[in-house]
Order: sequence, then structure tokens, then C-alpha cells
Amino acid sequence: MATQSSRIAARIMVAPSVILLFVWMIVPLAMTVWFSFRLYRLLSPDRTGWVGMRNYTWFLNSPDFWLAISNTLLLVGGVLAITIIFGVLIALLLDQPVWGQGPLRILVISPFFVMPPVAASIWENLFMHPQNGMFASLALGLGYQPVLFMEDYPMASVIFIVAWEWLPFATLILLTALQSLSSEQIEAAEIDGAGPFNRFRYIVLPHLTRAITVVVLIQTIFLLGIFGEIFTTTQGGPGSASTTLPYMIYKQAVIAKDIGRAAAGGIIAVILANIVAYFLMRGIGKHLDA
Amino acid sequence: MGKITLKQVRKSFGDVAVIPGIDLDIDEGEFVVFVGPSGCGKSTLLRLIAGLEDTTGGVIEIDGKDATQLPPAKRGLAMVFQSYALYPHMSVRKNIAFPLKMAGLPVAEQEKRVANAARILNLTSYLDRRPGQLSGGQRQRVAIGRAIVREPAAFLFDEPLSNLDAALRVSMRQEITELHQTLKTTMIYVTHDQVEAMTMADKIVVLNAGRIEQVGSPLELYHHPANLFVAGFIGSPKMNLIDGAEAAKHGAVTIGIRPEHITVQDGGPWQGVVGLSEHLGSDTFLRVQVDGVGMLTVRAGGEITLRHGDAVALAPQLDKLHRFGTDGKALA
Ligand SMILES: Nc1ncnc2c1ncn2[C@@H]1O[C@H](COP(=O)(O)OP(=O)(O)O)[C@@H](O)[C@H]1O
Ligand SMILES: [Mg+2]
Repeated sequence: MATQSSRIAARIMVAPSVILLFVWMIVPLAMTVWFSFRLYRLLSPDRTGWVGMRNYTWFLNSPDFWLAISNTLLLVGGVLAITIIFGVLIALLLDQPVWGQGPLRILVISPFFVMPPVAASIWENLFMHPQNGMFASLALGLGYQPVLFMEDYPMASVIFIVAWEWLPFATLILLTALQSLSSEQIEAAEIDGAGPFNRFRYIVLPHLTRAITVVVLIQTIFLLGIFGEIFTTTQGGPGSASTTLPYMIYKQAVIAKDIGRAAAGGIIAVILANIVAYFLMRGIGKHLDA
Repeated sequence: MGKITLKQVRKSFGDVAVIPGIDLDIDEGEFVVFVGPSGCGKSTLLRLIAGLEDTTGGVIEIDGKDATQLPPAKRGLAMVFQSYALYPHMSVRKNIAFPLKMAGLPVAEQEKRVANAARILNLTSYLDRRPGQLSGGQRQRVAIGRAIVREPAAFLFDEPLSNLDAALRVSMRQEITELHQTLKTTMIYVTHDQVEAMTMADKIVVLNAGRIEQVGSPLELYHHPANLFVAGFIGSPKMNLIDGAEAAKHGAVTIGIRPEHITVQDGGPWQGVVGLSEHLGSDTFLRVQVDGVGMLTVRAGGEITLRHGDAVALAPQLDKLHRFGTDGKALA
């Protein structure tokens, strides 16, 4: 796109999709902002009107709010840490020439194809259930009391399940990056006297930074909105112990049927996502440049 | 330091014996070139010496000690790869310092050696750049810099110039030769280009299908090729190889005569017709179809005016004739 006219032509060509995407985004956002300043309860539809910042102040003063924020960040951070550390390790293993490499790789990727509520149900009922779960019978078999995962460790259980679902994604991206590392670089490092750990530390890991950045950015976007896994397992409980911001918004919208407060929560979530995105881009965005 | 001995070194990939068994002595301070056509096993042999491949059999000795089972880092050799294999996320300085850092040298010593290597290789003003910001020739020099700071027992080069353009190749060739004269360290240099082999080597090892065809100085190989393969491989343009009745006249199955040893001479014994004449200015290479002999390449003076279709008489210099027997080996 070198000339003036080709630049103008390009702008005209992309304009329809840009406009469509913009409308797609701005209409729901504008409606959410609108509702967030109004009294709008489905249980009393005739009482409406402007309430100023009251929906926001209710949210910010709610005893669950800061817990929900910290749970949300804990979920994002925990899942990122698990998927990246184990993703790198599994990718390193899968990159070795082993017998049955093809089927093995498909097996590793397959959790990603399981729908989130299904995955969560499987983990909750078949593995973590205090009576029927496999972990419970293992514990009993070894003479211990079964762990009450959903009651005693609700956040850890949710983080584990979500990490299990996202690990294949991270592994896949990291494995692809690993395969693009030239073997001559590794051999050169070997001749230069770098042992396995130093080869990983100085050659492999720097090579993976861009892929890790991509994994962090994409997963963060999805993890901030995790809902289905909590809904199917802990329901945000016990109490509010595993309530995240999206789950709190759900409780306002669907259980309390207060659209105004839910909308205010939605706007707070958008602001939170932007703050996270800002720090992410400042911290690791530079790795995306060539 | 830097004497390398190969004893019956073999290498197979699966069932394929790429190197069926090689014996070779490389003396301290020698510049040895492995030359041969693509796929003949030059890189494999170099990688065996470096320790990047396990041998299938045989012994590799470095400075008199058995190094066959030693890992690459312990052999005290440095290698320069065809793709340079620089570390893209490190600056030139860090690339060059990497082997020193791995060896745990004090930082002051690292800096001293890096500065010294940068000075020798004219890299001083590029030390803070990334490899991606350098030209091909500069990257090549960084790769060499990373090799020389280690002060290795020997340098291994695997076709280091084949990614460079023709002009740069000539100048890097000279730089590497000068580097060898300065450092006086053993160098093993792999190439498929016989011009590089002839111009750089103290000793050329001609390889063909994993076997050594001949070992000798460039002029030994040029004047006394041991067999047809070496005769055809060394020298540019190629030696003319003639068989049939003309060879039988000289008591051989095949005779060889280099283009520069045939003269255009009225009344010469070989009558022919010029097919193609290539004028290089200094020389002219004629392709001449000679009855009963075949197509010959002849080097003539730059001033010659023969053209396509002209008749010409040629005289071989009989004392420069090479004679080969049935097995392709040179006859005494
Ligand atoms: N890792 C390998 N696995 C199987 N065959 C190989 C491998 N490396 C090289 N070869 C084979 O060995 C032969 C020699 O290869 P190489 O040493 O790279 O040749 P050169 O460097 O002389 O061009 C080739 O036929 C090549 O296909
Ligand atoms: Mg090669």
C-alpha cells in the first residue's frame, strides 16, 4: 500500500467491517452504561427512574465485591501460572522424538474439545466428589478421610479445573514455538558448553517469550469471564468463597433480577479488564514486536 | 594443542552407512579442507568430530586422548555453522561472550576477550546490536568471534560462506585464511566448492560417498590426482577425460588432460570444430568437438578470435597427460 490512492482504497474496503464491528460493540456497551444509572428491577417493573451512582456504590460497598475482585484475579493468575509452567514442561516432552508421537499429541490436546460445563461436571462428580469421586476412594483406600474439595478448597478446585481445560491450548502454542527453534542453535549452545538447564534458560526460554506472551494475553481475556465452571461446581460458594466478578453480576441479573445493579457490575468488569490489559501490555507487550 | 586422529570412524543412520570407515590424521595448526559433492558425508564427518553425532564405530582422538565418548563441550573444539546459529535475542557482545559465560570466566576476562575478538573481526562498533540487525558477512564474523574467544584446540567450519554473495565470499575466504595465519590453530573446513579448497587448504581431503578418495596438498591433488574422481573434481574448468581408442594409444583405459595443457596449434594431432567460446578477457575457454576424441575444453589466450563453427587443430602437452586404469586409479 504505497500510494495515496491505494491507501484510500484500502480504507474504503475495510470500512464496512470496521463500522459493523464498531456498532456491534458500541450498542450493547451504551445500553449497559444506560441501565447502570437506572432503577430497573424485573420484580417491580413499574418502578423506574434515574438513580445516579447508586448502583455503583451498592456494588462497591457490597461485602462480596472485593472478595470477588480478588477471586477473579486469583483465578486468572493461578490458571496462567499452572498452564504456562506445565505447558512448557509438556511441550518440552512432546518435542522429543517418542514412539506414537501423533496420537500422543492428540491425546494431550483433547481436553480443549470438552465443553467447559461438561469438563467441570466430570471433575466435580467423577473425581472430586466426596462419596463417588475417585480421589475420595483413593483416600479411603489409603486410610484417609476424603477431601471435601468444593467445600474446603472451592477456589483451588475451580482453578484446577479451568487450568486442566486451558493447559492444552498453552501446550499447543508453546509446542509450535518450540518446533520453530533451529536445532543448530541448540547444538551451538551445546558446543559452547551450555548444559541442559542453561540451554533452556538462555536459548529455549527466550525463544518462547513471544509464545508465552500470546498465551498470557489470550487466556487473560477468556479467564476474566470464566463463569460456566463456577456455575456447574461451587455456585460461587460456600457462602461467597468462590464468587468472581462475572458470577456476582450473574447473581444480580438472574437471581436478584436487578438489571441496573448487574449493568453497573458489568461496567466495573469492563474497567477491570482494561486495567489488567493496560498493565499486561506495559509489562509484556514489547515481546510481541519482532 | 589441536591434533586430531580418526581411526576407522564409521557412521550409519539406520541401515544406511553414510561413512563406512575413515582413517585420518590432522596435524596441529593445519588448515584441512574436507571437499566433496553434496551429500557425500562431509557435514556428518565434521559433526562426528564435534561430538554432535555419536559414532557407530571407531575412535576419535584429540591431542592423543580418546574423545569418542566425550560430550561436545568437553572436546575443546569450536564450530561455525552454515546458518551461523547466532542467538537472536542476545546482542553481539553477549553472543560472543556466551561460551565464556558458560565456562564461568570472570566478567573482566570475558570483556577483555570479547573486545579482542571484536577488534580482530572489525565488529567493535556493532557490539550492542542484535544479530537481526547485521548483514550476512557481519553475522558470519560474529559466529567466528564466538568461536575464537574460547581459544579452542581446533575450529570446525561447515560451509560457512555458502550463504554469502560471490564478492563477499572471496573476501571472507581471505579473512579466514589470515585468521588462521594469525592464530595458528588447527582448522577443519568443510565445503563443496573446490575453489575454496584449493585457495585455503594446507591439506585437502577429497570425500566421495563417505570415503576418502585422496589426501594431499592442493598442488599434489592438482598435479597427481590418484583417481578419476579426484581428477574430475579438482580443477576448474574440469579436466578433460577421454576413453576409447585415443586412451588405448597411451596404454590406458582413460586419459585426462587439463584445459590449460592443450594448445591451439596449426598441425596439431587433434582436428576439431569450435562449439562454444567463452571470453573472460584474460582467458578464453573453447569447447571443441574433436573427431574420435569427444568434446574437449581448452584454455586459450584472451586475444584469440575463434568463433562457433571454426576449424581448429589442438596439441596436448604429452608430459601433462594423466593415465587411469580399469579401476579408475591413476597409472604410474
Ligand atoms: N540425521 C540424519 N538422518 C538420516 N540421514 C542423514 C542424516 N544426516 C545426514 N544424513 C544423510 O547422510 C548423507 C550425508 O549427509 P551430509 O553429511 O549432510 O552431506 P554433505 O554435508 O556432504 O552434503 C546424506 O545422504 C544424508 O541424507
Ligand atoms: Mg553439509
